[in-house]
Amino acid sequence: MTEHLPALQVVVPLIAAPLCALLRPGRAVWLLAMATCALCLLIAALLLDQVLARGVISYAMGGWPAPWGIEYRVDVANAYMLLVVATIGAVVMAFARTVVEQRIRLPASKQPWFYTTYLLCLTGLLGMIVTGDAFNVFVFLEISSLSSYVLISIGRDRRALTAAYQYLIMGTIGATFILIGIGFLYVMTGTLNMADLTARLPAVADTRTVRAAFAFLTIGISLKLALFPLHLWLPNAYAYAPSAVTAFLAATATKVAIYVLLRFFFTIFGAQFSFGTMRLDVILLPLALAGIFSASVVAIFQTNVKRMLAYSSVAQIGYMILGISLVSVTGLTAAISHLFNHALMKGTLFMALGCVSFRIGAVSLDRLAGVGRIMPWTMGAFVIGGLSLIGVPLTAGFVSKWYLILGALERGWWPVALLVLLTSLLAVVYIWRVVETAYFQPAPEGRATGEAPLALLAPTWTLALANLYFGLDTSLNAGVARRAAEALLGVGP
Amino acid sequence: MNSETILPLALFIPLASACFIALNDGRPDWREGATLLGSLLLLGVVLSLLPAVAAGARPTVDLLEFAPGLPLRLSVEPLGMTFAAVAALLWPLNSLYSIGYMRGNQEQHQTRFYVCFAIAIASAIGIAFAGNLLTLFIFYEALTLSTYPLVTHKGTEEAKQAGRLYLGILIGTSIGFLLLAIVWTWAVAGTLEFAPGGILAGKVDGPLVNVLLALYMFGIGKAALMPFHRWLPAAMVAPTPVSALLHAVAVVKAGVFSVLKVIVYIFGIDFLKDTGASNWLMWVAALTVLLASFVALTKDNLKARLAYSTVSQLGYVVLGAALATSMGVIGGSMQIVMHAFGKITLFFCAGAIYTAAHKTEVSQLDGLGRAMPFTFGAFLIGALSIIGLPPLGGSWSKWYLLVGAADAEQWALMAVLLLSSLLNVAYLLPVPARGFFAAAPAGGAAQIPIREAPLACVVPLCLTALGCLWLFFQADSLYALLAPITVR
Amino acid sequence: MPRDGCNAPAPQSAALRGWLGTTNKMQILGLYNYWIFIVLMMCGFYVVISRGNLVKKLVGLNIFQTSVFILYISMGKIIGGTAPILTGTATVYSNPLPHVLILTAIVVGIATTALGLALVVRIHEAYGTIEEDEIHAQSEDEAL
Repeated sequence: MTEHLPALQVVVPLIAAPLCALLRPGRAVWLLAMATCALCLLIAALLLDQVLARGVISYAMGGWPAPWGIEYRVDVANAYMLLVVATIGAVVMAFARTVVEQRIRLPASKQPWFYTTYLLCLTGLLGMIVTGDAFNVFVFLEISSLSSYVLISIGRDRRALTAAYQYLIMGTIGATFILIGIGFLYVMTGTLNMADLTARLPAVADTRTVRAAFAFLTIGISLKLALFPLHLWLPNAYAYAPSAVTAFLAATATKVAIYVLLRFFFTIFGAQFSFGTMRLDVILLPLALAGIFSASVVAIFQTNVKRMLAYSSVAQIGYMILGISLVSVTGLTAAISHLFNHALMKGTLFMALGCVSFRIGAVSLDRLAGVGRIMPWTMGAFVIGGLSLIGVPLTAGFVSKWYLILGALERGWWPVALLVLLTSLLAVVYIWRVVETAYFQPAPEGRATGEAPLALLAPTWTLALANLYFGLDTSLNAGVARRAAEALLGVGP
Repeated sequence: MNSETILPLALFIPLASACFIALNDGRPDWREGATLLGSLLLLGVVLSLLPAVAAGARPTVDLLEFAPGLPLRLSVEPLGMTFAAVAALLWPLNSLYSIGYMRGNQEQHQTRFYVCFAIAIASAIGIAFAGNLLTLFIFYEALTLSTYPLVTHKGTEEAKQAGRLYLGILIGTSIGFLLLAIVWTWAVAGTLEFAPGGILAGKVDGPLVNVLLALYMFGIGKAALMPFHRWLPAAMVAPTPVSALLHAVAVVKAGVFSVLKVIVYIFGIDFLKDTGASNWLMWVAALTVLLASFVALTKDNLKARLAYSTVSQLGYVVLGAALATSMGVIGGSMQIVMHAFGKITLFFCAGAIYTAAHKTEVSQLDGLGRAMPFTFGAFLIGALSIIGLPPLGGSWSKWYLLVGAADAEQWALMAVLLLSSLLNVAYLLPVPARGFFAAAPAGGAAQIPIREAPLACVVPLCLTALGCLWLFFQADSLYALLAPITVR
Repeated sequence: MPRDGCNAPAPQSAALRGWLGTTNKMQILGLYNYWIFIVLMMCGFYVVISRGNLVKKLVGLNIFQTSVFILYISMGKIIGGTAPILTGTATVYSNPLPHVLILTAIVVGIATTALGLALVVRIHEAYGTIEEDEIHAQSEDEAL
């Protein structure tokens, strides 16, 4: 059984998704979806354990050996990513039930479709990570994208529809660019298997086709991961989607796109080609810094807190890209560590906001007045997530910030390190605007509200405590991240 | 039980009492009992470490591994022992005082107050026992965050503004400068251990030493070195027990303690003396000492005056460290202890005056000393100790600082120290003088009835005043404890 | 899902490689299907960007995607090759793999279009219009 784990990782949610649609609305659907997510998490944990113990796992889909068949290839980097996505998937699923039943504008008979779409999205994300085949990445990308457009469009606000439409246009353009890039690679090498591509590309690397493929892939993936200035779809999509969806997508979708970027540029093209010949770092570094800076500043002036956090996500993606553009083990460790840490902190923050909107019905800053007194647990989780976002010690966010600054200093890039620290202070400003409003302003008269229900608080606090735990025990988010970075750069054991 | 097993208890006890306090929200007696019990237990634990450390042991415990070769480490050495002992000695007294003050003034959110207080103490102990810079930094930030709810305790617009300034300066400097300095140190030295003689010698040179030192000194915003001192007067909106223990002892002392640690164990005083990198720091510290004293003279609000006095007195510690002589460092370390006892006495008195008479300005104190003889008597003792007159503890730290300045042949700095003592006289003594000798404003009844603050307020302040006296006779043992820190 | 012919790049791929490496004027016209791909792609892209009507945008998106299908189909074609059916007579086959791949991409394209149109219907219900600027104006009012 254990040798089929890579396939099961994708097959289990893929089969469960239509099953959900067949069930009657009610508790059973959620239980099935929840069990599926939990099983995915278990499989991901087992896979990581196996990879750490025994090295790379190669699985031939349907028994067809690579490079003819589709190979699923799990190394430290994608085992780690699987765990991140599966964890968030399971925690947010626990959160989603109450939101779906009470806060989403769906008739009861349609509710199972939410779970179907959610599981399909999860399938796509997990598939993109686990596969070792370039075209397969595109297929899974579209599975996850199409289902995420649907998920976003069911937000209560009608602007969710336009946000989903905008994301659909931008996302499809990005995916099509990726498709073109993969096509060019196939033209030059005659293979789609990633390991095979790695072996064959150096011989043809110095051609216009390969460089065109590189350019198409860069732009396509950058659109999907919302690299500044290609991030325009993100703030609206996150702001108007239902809170559970925002928490799930913010913590996973862009992260997986970054993983795809790492996979293409480090494994397939190789760091030497991507950063030595094509000088990708020269493009990524300024864009990352501009993104971090501008998005943080814009976040300060948002009145919708969800939108504020969405801009903060754009800034945080900038940190990851910055780590990648350092092209060193430390920088890459920072980026990969931040993938995980950011998933934890944004998951916490968006779920805490979900709790708030569950009770208050809105998440604009002025409506949050006095929430700290009414909902102490919710805002407690929000503060922990916020501190982690700022990068305060004892939280997960500090770990990635530490490696990022260390990486910048190792390269001797002073101004970069200073700018990273400066932008952390911008995060203090926008997080503290919320904290001050929630704790110091009196709640308006006649607001009859109380703490969010336990079903919402428990998952929120699970992630909040994870923020604290992984700030102390860094063996996963720094130790494994470092091994993943070494694997991607092809150095170390 | 050996020292290694006791050491983590020093962190665990305040945190456990914080949990216990939080669980007893509705039961004030239990809650305050837990505070007192926790503080006494902590005192016992910290004092039980003292003999071993004085005998030369350096108990060390690794808690977790943050990065390869970079654990979260607790380790006790004489400087940290001293700081921890001061914090642990004063916490029980302050708890007693808090109970009197908080009940006497019927403050809101008392549970939150006690919980945050216990966490702040745990952070201060963590700073004192930090075995490397990373651990120190972590507890440093924890202290900032756990004291934020205390500063903004009143929840008013003024408290919110003060909280902004507090958090802005402390988080801003620590993330902007200190973290950068620490990562830089890690990048060049490959270690963050506090090692006798320093770890940076030979790893950085030239003007970069100055830059790194500046990052550290201004990064440790809690040391209130000008121009990053504004948070301290702002933090005075907090209830007086907070000002007393945290902003006269734990927080600011954590700042200057970190400064001493960095200078002694990261740079090493020999390295600093050889490169002359700390010369500018002496002058910044001297300027802080003098300017803050002048500002204190202009303040009529008693707590504000005391706050600027604290800024000035902290300058002494930084000055001692910047001298880079062993006498200077020892003088600076002693100043941590002596000033703690003196200043907490003064703040206790300010709070007692507020509780009993609701007076906050110096100019309102005329004749009040006859109504509150114990409070004003204690204030006089505390003030004299801070000025540095024998037979009070403060005289020793001033003495060693002067010797240190003489060792470094910095005659101008000696003049600064003497001038500052005169300024101390000018801004501190008017308070008891007005209290005892000025005529009471209303009618001037010949016989003013004794009307002291609650007993729970008066007893601690008398004890700390006696402590100032007691420390004068303990200088020998303190010197013997501290002497090894500058030996490689 | 077996994939044959992975190991041998098709001859025309070599021609394309040569064209992209060194611009040979003789081959420019011969590679007309690649020109169609580029022109279609740019047309589609332009429509997506320039049109304010949501349905027209989707039409543009479709043209954009379709152009990529032509790219993939072209790269599998081998001059003189027959359908890849093992009859024993023919020796030169077209590469079937890109065609199979593009079947998947076509399915994806259909799904995208269907979803996009469904969203447009919902947007029309919610806003009463499918013109981007009018929707934008209404959203602005809402934000104020």
